[in-house]
Amino acid sequence: MDLRLIPDAEPSDAERAALDALLGAPETAWEGALVAHPDEGVFGAGGREAREQRHLLLPALHAVRDAVGYISEGGLNYICRRLSVPPAEAYGVASFYALFALEPQPPVVAHVCDDIACRVRGAAGLCSALETRLGPAGNPALGGAATWVTSPCLGMCERAPAVLLQRAGAADVALPDADADAVVAALSGRVASANGARLHGSASAPQTREPEQHDLRLLRRVGRVDPESLDAYRASGGYEALRQAFALGPAGVIREISDARLLGRGGAAFPAARKMEDVARAPVRPHYLICNADESEPGTFKDRVIMEEDPFALVEAMTIAGYAAGCEQGFLYIRGEYPLALARLQHAIAQARARGFLGRDIMGTGYDFDIEIRKGAGAYICGEETALFSSIEGLRGEPRSKPPFPTQAGLFRRPTLVNNVETLVNMPWIVLHGGPAYAATGTAGSSGTKLFCLSGHVARPGIYEAPFGTTLRELLTLAGGVAGGRPIRAVLLGGAAGGFVTADELDVPLTFEGTRAIGASLGSAVVMVFDDTVDMADIVLRIAAFFRDESCGQCVPCRVGTVRQEEALRRLAHGSPLGSVASDLALIDELALVMRDASICGLGQTAASAVQSAIAKLGLFQDGQGA
Amino acid sequence: MVILWGSNARETHPIFFLHVLKALRNGARLYVIDPRRTSSAQWADRWLGLDVGSDIALANAIGREIIAAGLANEEFISRATTDFEAYKACVEPYTLEYAERETGVPAEAIRELAHAYARADRAQLCWTLGITEHHNAVDNVLALINLSLLTGHVGRYGSGLNPLRGQNNVQGGGDMGAIPNKLPGGNDVEDDAARRPFEEAWGVKIPPKRGMHLSQMFHAMETGDLNALYVIGENPAQSEADMEKALRLLSGLECLVVQDMFLTKTAELATVVLPATAAWCESEGTVTSSERRVQRCRKALDPPEGARDDIEILCELARLLGRNWGEPTAEQVWDELRSLSDWHRGMSYPRLEALHGLHWPCPSEDHPGSPLLHDRLWQDPVGGRPAPFSVVEHDPPVDKLTDEFPIRLTTGRRLESFNTGVQTGGFRSPLHRSESLDIHPSDGARWNVADGEVVRIVSRRGAIEAPVRYDPTLRPGLTFMTFHFQDEIATNILTIDATDPKSGTAEFKAAAIRVEKLPGPADIAAGGLGD
Amino acid sequence: MSVAPLRLVSRRTVELTIDGQSVRAPEGATILQAAQSVGIATPTLCYLETLTPVNACRVCVVEVEGSRVLVPACARKVEPNMVVHTNSARVRHSRRMVLELLASSVDLSYAPAEVQGYLAEYGAQPERYGQPAAAPDRDHAHAGHHTPVADGYAATVAQPVKVDNDLYVRDYARCILCYKCVEACGVDAQNTFAIAVAGRGFEARISTEFNHILPDSACVYCGNCIGVCPTGALMFKSEHDMRAAGAWDESRQTRTDTICPYCGVGCTLQLHVQDNRIVKVTSPQDNDVTSGHLCVKGRFGWQFVQNRGDGRGGGVAAP
Repeated sequence: MDLRLIPDAEPSDAERAALDALLGAPETAWEGALVAHPDEGVFGAGGREAREQRHLLLPALHAVRDAVGYISEGGLNYICRRLSVPPAEAYGVASFYALFALEPQPPVVAHVCDDIACRVRGAAGLCSALETRLGPAGNPALGGAATWVTSPCLGMCERAPAVLLQRAGAADVALPDADADAVVAALSGRVASANGARLHGSASAPQTREPEQHDLRLLRRVGRVDPESLDAYRASGGYEALRQAFALGPAGVIREISDARLLGRGGAAFPAARKMEDVARAPVRPHYLICNADESEPGTFKDRVIMEEDPFALVEAMTIAGYAAGCEQGFLYIRGEYPLALARLQHAIAQARARGFLGRDIMGTGYDFDIEIRKGAGAYICGEETALFSSIEGLRGEPRSKPPFPTQAGLFRRPTLVNNVETLVNMPWIVLHGGPAYAATGTAGSSGTKLFCLSGHVARPGIYEAPFGTTLRELLTLAGGVAGGRPIRAVLLGGAAGGFVTADELDVPLTFEGTRAIGASLGSAVVMVFDDTVDMADIVLRIAAFFRDESCGQCVPCRVGTVRQEEALRRLAHGSPLGSVASDLALIDELALVMRDASICGLGQTAASAVQSAIAKLGLFQDGQGA
Repeated sequence: MVILWGSNARETHPIFFLHVLKALRNGARLYVIDPRRTSSAQWADRWLGLDVGSDIALANAIGREIIAAGLANEEFISRATTDFEAYKACVEPYTLEYAERETGVPAEAIRELAHAYARADRAQLCWTLGITEHHNAVDNVLALINLSLLTGHVGRYGSGLNPLRGQNNVQGGGDMGAIPNKLPGGNDVEDDAARRPFEEAWGVKIPPKRGMHLSQMFHAMETGDLNALYVIGENPAQSEADMEKALRLLSGLECLVVQDMFLTKTAELATVVLPATAAWCESEGTVTSSERRVQRCRKALDPPEGARDDIEILCELARLLGRNWGEPTAEQVWDELRSLSDWHRGMSYPRLEALHGLHWPCPSEDHPGSPLLHDRLWQDPVGGRPAPFSVVEHDPPVDKLTDEFPIRLTTGRRLESFNTGVQTGGFRSPLHRSESLDIHPSDGARWNVADGEVVRIVSRRGAIEAPVRYDPTLRPGLTFMTFHFQDEIATNILTIDATDPKSGTAEFKAAAIRVEKLPGPADIAAGGLGD
Repeated sequence: MSVAPLRLVSRRTVELTIDGQSVRAPEGATILQAAQSVGIATPTLCYLETLTPVNACRVCVVEVEGSRVLVPACARKVEPNMVVHTNSARVRHSRRMVLELLASSVDLSYAPAEVQGYLAEYGAQPERYGQPAAAPDRDHAHAGHHTPVADGYAATVAQPVKVDNDLYVRDYARCILCYKCVEACGVDAQNTFAIAVAGRGFEARISTEFNHILPDSACVYCGNCIGVCPTGALMFKSEHDMRAAGAWDESRQTRTDTICPYCGVGCTLQLHVQDNRIVKVTSPQDNDVTSGHLCVKGRFGWQFVQNRGDGRGGGVAAP
């Protein structure tokens, strides 16, 4: 197209090299090569082929940011020239993501989680200590070498408080169990290895460290099998399920998953087999499979642990799902805050490809399938499946209207199967053991086992695998009960888009139907415990701020509604309502209704649910007090 | 599939190009053939950057390849065309290798275009002045028509030939008979039967011989055969090639009448100036667009003091010359035209208004108009005369590149400006930038001229000075100027008046120039010291 | 808003119920079109027939039985036996709230009477969210971070008007983020992509790359963004200046359709004339040549007509 680039903005050598490493060197001066191609004065190819590179925009932005720490005008120009993307559009995309800066910033940035799980485990103290030692958030510190900013949930709630380090010219690194000394040391260039001890169980999945054998399905390799060895994976039963899947054929796989009554684990609990069958039957080609690993619901970290500790299982599971639904290409969309999971998956995919488990003619069956990883860049909304499509396609991560549904018109408007990580990793077991065997565990409405993310004031935070139907009380017991033995003020179930339950409701069976019966939701299986010392108004305000920050801004109810909701909650928390407490509470209800009824996607539709449950169940603000 | 050949529609026909873009979004492929990698070419799936004036070599090679590959639409050719064998023989020497040599375009790109065009379900072939501002303009057009006949891409929905008109009523002007060989409605002035109804209606004898076209008029001025000229809404003092010669001839006329809304450069030379209204917003009437759509122009403003409607001026002039034409309204004039032109007979003002225009031919008031022309070729048997192939040969530009004049200069328009800038000079667009000699950056390095440096540009006809502008859409050896700023920089001093004998169009697209560095302050200082 | 005829290829029809009325609509029609066909008015802000629906404003939402949430009438296609309610309490609540949320954060004073009518019809009370707060610099807001306003204040998108060229101004304090300008500049018409939505959430805004001024951007001044802006956020400089001077008076303006004097495409121009001077140029959206879109010459190239006699355009010659 007739691009007009930013005048006089050239890429630096580092930016040019980073992008060329991703895309290959340009062939013509027209595309940015320093030496002209002999034919380029008389012939040019472009048009649709050039414009169809748009889906590489997000990886390209990452490449430039990783190289120099931010997206410069020269870097953006070079991206635009290479990919035929107009600069305003690329800027619109880059500025959508929290992890991309568009102005020069220090080469090392610490993103310090101050979200709800870290908040009750010392995040506020960490932030104030950093402010004392480094200056206010966002300001250059350590002689301009570094800075720190606050961050929404980083998905390391079991090891709170958590920090993510972004470094120009070096890989990102996560700092769990962070304190001010560790952060300052890391910002000064001293980064300790963050890998947990292996083969003795995982620190993030306490069940795996206990001597007694739990009947673990999804966690059976976690902390026990080397996640970087394909041989170790195969020695522990890996790729037997894929072999079985090929024997069953696509329809056979779908039948087993249907018999298993497997429900989606991403929060919506949709029957997995139905989506799979819809895609398999869709006449339009190609079909895509997407693994949604954009696990960003505050308090959720189960998928991260699986990806870090058993990455081959996910690769195998995606291959099975892709085979069943007739997909030619898979995408794994992982949130940008998971550096270890990303590295392990990149390694696993490369290994699998090298050994014939991905690529052409997998295991000699004639089936072709490959997986491309796409890394998010700090946007909760991209976990919404249609926003995820937009993000992969190189557009702003804005959701789309449904219908059309993804199974008919998803990624690149083609039939697309989207599954959460946990949903997928259930599939190998189902294929190997059969659907009916799977359905024998759990309840009639919720079959199988479930991964729960325990955080906050529990004695042993982490991922727990338990059959559906386990009560909340049993689960808390499994995690060692409330840390310090204090009374429970509330438990957040399902994440920020879920709701609070009280100490009176601990006997709720953790199933989709059981939680629904008490007006709660299992959501992404967040179980975040707050003891009686917690200022719940502060927690609710943080949730409201989260939705305001994470709204994509596309539709009015969510874009402005989340702002007005936060404003009203702040007024109530500060004891200075407009009119009266009752009128502000009524306003909050009205906002909740329009957000739920008229927002485009699930973010807006659930942006009031935790707030509403806090007011209804915890009696927040109703006495005119904060909490 | 859409081919733009010698057309930068993105800038010269922007709203037409929006329709092209819509087609691209719907899956159409775009090929652009243009010496420059224009903003239109930048949208193309394939851009073929042929040498200026090598269009026939390219077209004939495409034709030969289509025939050689067995992709010609033989059924259409045998049913609806004539003279195919002569064409086939003519293009036989135009091999891909020959075409690569003559046009500069890689043979493989030519082959791909030939196959894509021949195999396309539907294909539009559009051109503009890149085809027609050559000394062999008509042959260029015929070469393209040959391709459409070869493949049957004509006269069907989505397939056709589309010359994009550069001005809002250049089509309508011709349709009204403002063309040397035609009366209104396409009636041939040399055809007695066609002429007779006009003579009866007007009560006069019409000379049964075609008139002169513009180039012939200038030639006649030169020989002294033409000494009075009446110019309506045209600025030949600035728009003609070889401008110094044009100025000299216009100045030498015994009588020059100019009817215009501006005191143009031509008007400044006039014996009499008749101030006119702005036809598009100060008077009523119709214009005919590139797609033969007749639409209504309406009066929105009162004209300034002294300016008069063109009809009023002409009728007044007739009265002074002893003929009473009355004081007809625009609609009455139009209705007279309708009574004489089959193309327009069904286009009453009420219909034009209700339907937002009608395409000719529209022979009766119950006719829906004809968005599609030449569909007769698809009737069985073919309606009317079959379409003839034409034998045309490659003939490079007249202004040859030599050691003395080694650089090719081509001219064209920019998005925000129009022709000699009389109209577009009036608005303050941030896009406006003054005239420049656009060159490829590598030529700048080779000729030792910097971006922005003022240089002297010399052709066989004259010399001007202009600043250089680096432009990567050009290629080494190819330079570009507009003709929007004739008051400041008269590009047409450089251009050649070699004209097409059939259409009278000058070869604005191909001049040979050299670029001379002006002595800079440093050189002057050095010279001063040396002496 | 004019009711445009349905232009659909399919001749099959679908039967549905809207507000208790049985309605036949062509397959592929939207609920909005079906409702219009039986005279049921639906408020719209981000919808325009010539653009792809983005269904961002949500003011057109209706209730469809069986759907958990309300659906946008402008984008949702009719289905057989659909039962639609356009005037239920839920629908009225959402429409009122959407209008309140917009009016409490955006300056709607230049929005057409139609929009003022919606506010009245649905009883919007934008003032109940608090005093309008002055907005911080929105052009450099970083996604995912914000500073809350003081208690009692309501955040707004207020910011200074951008005047960086002689042809048009951008007053984003009036922007409801309907995306129409981005669509018109982008794939739905002009394909120039000089502007896009940048930032996220409440800080989302229309921007050039790095917030550069328009003359440094890809803008070609076709003005097609102005042509689709529903709130006066994008405006001809001529109109902006006349409004500033108190001279803008639509009641004294005439509108005349004519044909552009430039190239041979034949675009219909609608000339808005006040006191025998052209004050702005638009094109009818239902015109099949332009679909309401023009180029810089058609949109702005008329000044020569008015420059005659003032020394800039050459002047009228004496007879």
